[in-house]
Order: sequence, then C-alpha cells, then structure tokens
Amino acid sequence: MALLETRNLTSFYGDFQALYGIDTTLERGETVAIIGANGAGKSTFLKAIAGLIRGPADSVILDGQPIGDRIAADIVKLGVALVPEGRRLFPSLTVEENLLIGNYGRKARGPWTLDRVYALFPVLKERRHSATTTLSGGQQQMAAIGRALMSNPRILLCDEISLGLAPIVIAGIYGAMPQIKAAGASVVLVEQDIVQAMKVADRVYCFQEGRLSLTGRPRDLTREQIHRAYFGS
Amino acid sequence: MTGWLDAVIQGVLLGGLYALFAAGLSLIFGIMRLVNLAHGDLIVFAAYAILLVAGHLGLDPFAAVLLAIPILFVIGFVLQYVLLNRTLGHDLLPPLLVTFGLSIVIQNGLLQLFSADSRRLSSGAIETASIPLGGGIAVGVVPLLTLLAAIALIVFLNLIFYRTPIGRAFRATSDDLEVAQLMGIEVGRTFAVAMGLAFVVVAVAALFLGLRANFDPTIGPARLLYAFEAVIIGGLGSLWGTLAGGIVLGLAQTIGARIDPEWQILAGHLAFLAVLVIRPRGLFPRAQD
Repeated sequence: MALLETRNLTSFYGDFQALYGIDTTLERGETVAIIGANGAGKSTFLKAIAGLIRGPADSVILDGQPIGDRIAADIVKLGVALVPEGRRLFPSLTVEENLLIGNYGRKARGPWTLDRVYALFPVLKERRHSATTTLSGGQQQMAAIGRALMSNPRILLCDEISLGLAPIVIAGIYGAMPQIKAAGASVVLVEQDIVQAMKVADRVYCFQEGRLSLTGRPRDLTREQIHRAYFGS
Repeated sequence: MTGWLDAVIQGVLLGGLYALFAAGLSLIFGIMRLVNLAHGDLIVFAAYAILLVAGHLGLDPFAAVLLAIPILFVIGFVLQYVLLNRTLGHDLLPPLLVTFGLSIVIQNGLLQLFSADSRRLSSGAIETASIPLGGGIAVGVVPLLTLLAAIALIVFLNLIFYRTPIGRAFRATSDDLEVAQLMGIEVGRTFAVAMGLAFVVVAVAALFLGLRANFDPTIGPARLLYAFEAVIIGGLGSLWGTLAGGIVLGLAQTIGARIDPEWQILAGHLAFLAVLVIRPRGLFPRAQD
C-alpha cells in the first residue's frame, strides 16, 4: 500500500476548478517532484493534501485512511507537514518561536528536535532570537523547512522552496534533503526548476492546466516529452 | 497647585480602571480582529455575576471574583466557540452586528433579572480607605488597587503571550490564519481560549467597576466607549499601549474636571480626537501590520 495516494482529486476555488481528477501515489521513502508551468495547479495539489482545500474523503488517502475531508490542523497531526510557498513565517514570532510552533499540534517522537534542526541549519541557531523579517531569503526558507520538520512529519510537502533564491543558496537548501530523507520523511516537492527537480526526485509528475500530463522516473523521460508535458504541443 | 497635582494623580489612577476596561477589548482585537461591541455590557454582566456569587455565598467581592473567574472563562469560551466564531471571516460586518445584538440582549436580560436599580459591590472599609500622601493629597486604596491590578494583569497577559505555547499560537494565528492551521492550531478553539481569557480580564474590570461606583444594566455602552478610546489612543495590538491610553484618557478627564466639572467627559473625548489627529495609529502601535 502506498503511503499517500490521491484518487481522482478535484479542487475548486469557488467556481473555478483548479484540478481535474489527479491520481498520484507516494511510496515510503520516496521523493516525488511535481513540475509544471505557473497556474498548472501544483500548489493547489499540495494545499488539497494538507487540508487547506477540502474535498471528498476518499480523494486523498494516507496509509489507507481517507483524509480528503479533514481540516488542516488534523492533517498535520497525522504526520503531513507543508512548507508553504513564499515561506510564510510568522512575523510576530522569533526564529526559534517559529520553529517551536512547528510541533504545536503534533508532538510525535522522532528525530527532529530544536537541536537537530539547528544542527541541520546552523545559521538558524545564530539567529534564533531575531525577527524572521531580518533573515535573508535563504535563511527564511531554512526556518520554514525547519518549522515543518519540528512536527516530525511522515510526509514533507515542499512548495517552491527554491523560489527567488540564488543558485548557491538553493544548493545549500537542497543539500539538506538527503538528511531529511535519511531521518525518515517521504517528500513531495513542487518545483519550477526542472533540472533541480530531476536531480532529487525518484519520480516526477508533470501538471498542465490542472491535469496530469506526464509521469515517470527522471532517467526515463526525454527533454521533448517534458517540454510537451509542460507547455502542451 | 495641590489641586492640579491631585488631578494628575487621580487621573493616572482612573486610567488604571480604563485600562482594565480596555485590556480585554485590545486582547480580542489583537488576536482575532473582532470588534466586540458587547464588551462594555459583558463587564456589567460580570459585575452582576460577582454580585450574585458574593450574595449567595456571603463572600467578599475579592473572594467572589476568584470563583467567578473560572465560570466567566467557560462562558467566554462557549460564547466564542458556539456563536462568535461563526461570524468571523473576510467581512467585518457580521461580528459587529452580532455583538451589537448581543449587547442589547445582555442589557435587557440584566434588566429583566436584576431590575433597573443601581447596585454596587461592597467590601467594607476598604472602599473608603485612603492613604495620605501629605500636602493635602490622598489616594484611595481601591483606585490604587485598580491601577496595580491593571499593571499586574498586563504583565500576566504578556507572560502568556510571549512565554507560553498558547501565546505563540495566539500570535501565529493573528499573523497568518492559514499557516497557523498548518501548525496544527485549531483556530476555533484558540479563539475560544482567547475569549475565555478576555472574560477573565472582564471579571477583574467588573470587580473594580463595582467597587468604585454604582452600576445598572444600561451603563455598558459608555464603558465600551472609554475602552475603545483607550485602545485607540494606545495603539492597536499593544497591551502596554492600552494602559498608556487609559491613563491619557483618565488624565484628560480629571484635568478637564479640574478646569470645570462640566468638562470631565468632554475633555476625555477631546484628548482622544487630538491623538487621532496627531498620531492616527495611536501612541504605541505594533510594528507589524
């Protein structure tokens, strides 16, 4: 049984339909990347899993348990954490408080503690008492990832963690990925940067206008296939 | 000269009472952007609750308030969870309408239950006790306790806000409702705890309201007005600002009254308007938003 599965997942913003029947799976220990153009429904997909957008119960299945209709606060307790697009740290909280609030709802025993997150991103320890608004973009992204890890998630959902960052900073953040995976999390990445996505992912799903346009292992996919799946032909 | 000095001292002490009125309002607005038009009536409601507890058990109001606090916390929690959470959203109008309605319900409910007679909480000699400061100036023990209670309460609330997990949850929820839920924060319950806490503040405000002066079911809206003015003068979202706002209001009123007794209320409102003109965001606005 897959760790996470979406079955015929459809999502709406009011009358606007953003996803049209998405079927995906995530196995234990796997890293899956979702790629696609702007507006393809990638972020919507993550929000639907995380419970920020709700649908029929059996459209999202975690460990055999239907969770598509659960609220976000419940889903994080089940071990699914989202690193939201644009970081969205809490400006009224210090760096350390942002990390601490990560396990507010889910106090699961696991590898991730404040010290372990600081070991992963030492710069956060130096800035632990700073306001998050004084951090650089890369540091903010580290804090956002650390905040999600604090709940010791079984599944880490990452929405555009490379957005707006310099290549060297992106390399630093993706450099943490092996440790995150080794600690036991399965990962779903939404990524604009196809090269980066292909490098870290075991499997790739490409979205186009709310539908799946391509699935496969990075090494099995050709540049032309991806181009077509990305932009349509 | 003594008279002016006295006006200043009494004004600061009066400010403590207004800060108590305002702290609950400030707390609720800061956390959930809810403007509670029933806040003044809730203070009066709490004063009757203390009166009832004190009367039935034959307790001093100071002891009765300790018993009333958990009861009021639960009432606040339930009120928020069952009713007010449903009104929150992108539109600011529904909570205004519902709390306005609540204000009318409370006033008439109290009128029905307790009649229009004015009541007070009595605590024996302490009500009229005073401490002479020399030079013909004395401060009343109850007004002094009021100010000290306001300071203690704000210290207590700040400890909760900045030193506890629920306080972090309050601030996070106020920052970003959506991401707060991703942390496992159940927004509805967090807001209900906040309202429960506001009711604790309301209980303390009610104690000193009832010790200082008479109250009847209709005086709520005027307390709300002072509370609003204190919050706005101090700057939204800052509890110490709210205390400062209360003191500015108290000072303006006692100094106004010193100039001419008819000017007391007017001077308070004028000070409020002056602050709005000079510093529209209040004296100590929160850095964010």
